[in-house]
Amino acid sequence: MATWLEALIALLIVVSGIFILVGSLGLLKLPTLMMRLHAPTKATTLGVGGALLASMGFFWAVEGTVSVHELLVTAFLFLTAPVTAHFIAKAHLHLERKRDGGERERLPETGTGSGWSTYDAAPQAGQGEEGGAPREG
Amino acid sequence: MIEYALIFGFVAVSLALVMNLWRLLQGPSVVDRVLAVDTMVINTIALIILQGMYQGTTLYFEAALLLAMFGFISTVAFCRFLLRGNVIE
Amino acid sequence: MAHTEQRRPSLQERWLPHPLMTLTLIVVWMLLLNGFSLGGLLLGGVLGVVIPMVTSHFWPGRPPLQAWDRAAAFTALALWDVIVANVIVARLILFRDPATLASRWVRLPLELRSPEAITILAGTISLTPGTVSCDLSADGRALLVHCLDAPDAEAAVREMKTRYEARLKEIFP
Repeated sequence: MATWLEALIALLIVVSGIFILVGSLGLLKLPTLMMRLHAPTKATTLGVGGALLASMGFFWAVEGTVSVHELLVTAFLFLTAPVTAHFIAKAHLHLERKRDGGERERLPETGTGSGWSTYDAAPQAGQGEEGGAPREG
Repeated sequence: MIEYALIFGFVAVSLALVMNLWRLLQGPSVVDRVLAVDTMVINTIALIILQGMYQGTTLYFEAALLLAMFGFISTVAFCRFLLRGNVIE
Repeated sequence: MAHTEQRRPSLQERWLPHPLMTLTLIVVWMLLLNGFSLGGLLLGGVLGVVIPMVTSHFWPGRPPLQAWDRAAAFTALALWDVIVANVIVARLILFRDPATLASRWVRLPLELRSPEAITILAGTISLTPGTVSCDLSADGRALLVHCLDAPDAEAAVREMKTRYEARLKEIFP
């Protein structure tokens, strides 16, 4: 196996290890939940993506087999990470809905006439506007 | 060279898992714990992949794929339970 | 939803309601098999035709995707941004005192209307570190975004609007 390829794969593994570590460090160290949400959903996802890429390169270089499973796992992780973050944020906002001095009081106005969808129902869906309020997840 | 990189990766991911575990035990809110479990699942996927490279086998990828799916579904179910009080309406 | 006119669905609508989904299913099936074989491709083709047919009631509309070259360019840009911005956030986490981070909520007024486009925008914002899209206003016209470090809220909103939303508007007219 070529040395530069080996070096590249080793570098990828090290870099993704660092990203995974940083993501978990952020989860441990940052003071509020919303700040903590930033670290693992992204740094960790990128770290795992890097490890998967390294694994693809590794099996291609060492075993000579083209392994494409990794692409599937990577794509799945990258598609689900925003959905997970969105759901966790919504759950957080929902749990804070009644507490005095909670997150709800710090939210900006929507500026559109109706509230945020965690707290307010959609304005009469299916009239004129196609589908009413779009929802994710 | 890859051997050493893999050992570094193992150490990094294991440390990350310990940090997640700390957050899981500490909380303070239940959403924090859900986030910690979700991160733990992703880190475990990384660990499985590193192990696959270490042993030179692709057998573990099905496990990684299944873990990715179950991790996602369980996080969504947890959050939905927190949001609505039930999972399937 | 009740259709007022009872129209016979065309041949394509009945047998191939979502060509894009068929293609995606075949590709995912081939990736899952982790190797190429004619039998696998055949079975993937069968699955790719049968699954969209059986589930076509769940997907009444098609994503109004146009301009494939722009979509590909947008994907490349988003991937690049994910990597660059991750390095920035890693530096923030490692070297900055968390108390000095200007973390705040930001409201992003949306010009996009199609649910698919809003979903992609929210996903891109979440994956680009420093910002997580957290909620949508009940009428779907504003997005609630949390920024990890945004000393200038106006600038953060402007960047998201010009960098992602303007491009998505060209892809989803």
